[in-house]
Amino acid sequence: MLTLAHFLTLGAILFSLSVAGIFINRKNIIILLMCIELMLLAVNMNFIAFSRFLGNLDGQIFVFFILTVAAAEAGIGLAILVVLFRNRRTINVAELDDLKG
Amino acid sequence: MIVQELVFYAFSLVLVFAAVAVISARNPVYSVLFLVLAFFSAAAIWMLLEAEFLAIILVVVYVGAVMVLFLFVVMMLDINLVPFKEGFIRYLPVAVLVAAIMAIEILMVLWSKGRFGVEMFPVPASNPEGYSNTRELGELLYTNYLLPFEVAGVVLLVAMIAAVALTLRTRPGIKSQNVNAQVRTRRDESVRLVKMKPEKPRSV
Repeated sequence: MLTLAHFLTLGAILFSLSVAGIFINRKNIIILLMCIELMLLAVNMNFIAFSRFLGNLDGQIFVFFILTVAAAEAGIGLAILVVLFRNRRTINVAELDDLKG
Repeated sequence: MIVQELVFYAFSLVLVFAAVAVISARNPVYSVLFLVLAFFSAAAIWMLLEAEFLAIILVVVYVGAVMVLFLFVVMMLDINLVPFKEGFIRYLPVAVLVAAIMAIEILMVLWSKGRFGVEMFPVPASNPEGYSNTRELGELLYTNYLLPFEVAGVVLLVAMIAAVALTLRTRPGIKSQNVNAQVRTRRDESVRLVKMKPEKPRSV
């Protein structure tokens, strides 16, 4: 029998994997963006599981809005990436040190 | 019931495998393709949770639009891949450590007694025949969540304009039409009336 804990476990594993991905690929901005997408997927999985097991559709509405904002974020993020690559010829995080932060 | 469990475990395995491949693939193109695989299996699991509308939205909007955008950008940028992998081995132990600690903490909370087990959250019955997930979501979206829905539309519009404004560029030294100037032009700027005497016919 599939309980709520099954789905939450899947979400937790996905989230941890994407955190590991951010640590491993800390040079490549594109893969960092993809890890963020994967994190959002894990969060959405939890939302939908709770929505089903609590019998309340509000969780699915939340997922709807998260998908919207994630799409906007991906669009703007990739646009910034393209401009960055056009100006610097690199997307290596370590070389983007103009602000000397 | 056993079929549902088999479907869940099969797609979960594919999902976790795809997630591992996304973060460890050598080439970003493979990462994007594995992310597409991950989204497809997540959509299957959402179907299992009876969130049909969102599952379809995930495939249509995410795989069909966002991931294709990622693929375009990855393929358009001419990236030298060698320097990205030099830190891979160095950061691997830290990554595994942090991820393992995080996963163990979450799973300890999840699987401890009396929190998220069957006794607290009994498995709900399947929706009756004729129940439409899309219809219910729509009713909720256009009544209780009308304002957030419209704000979401504005967010998408702003994102679209921002993406266009960021990537639009005019290269100098290109011979192209200036539509603005063309439309704005007036008669007296382009037509000149010249008074001149009539020419006499040449005598033969």
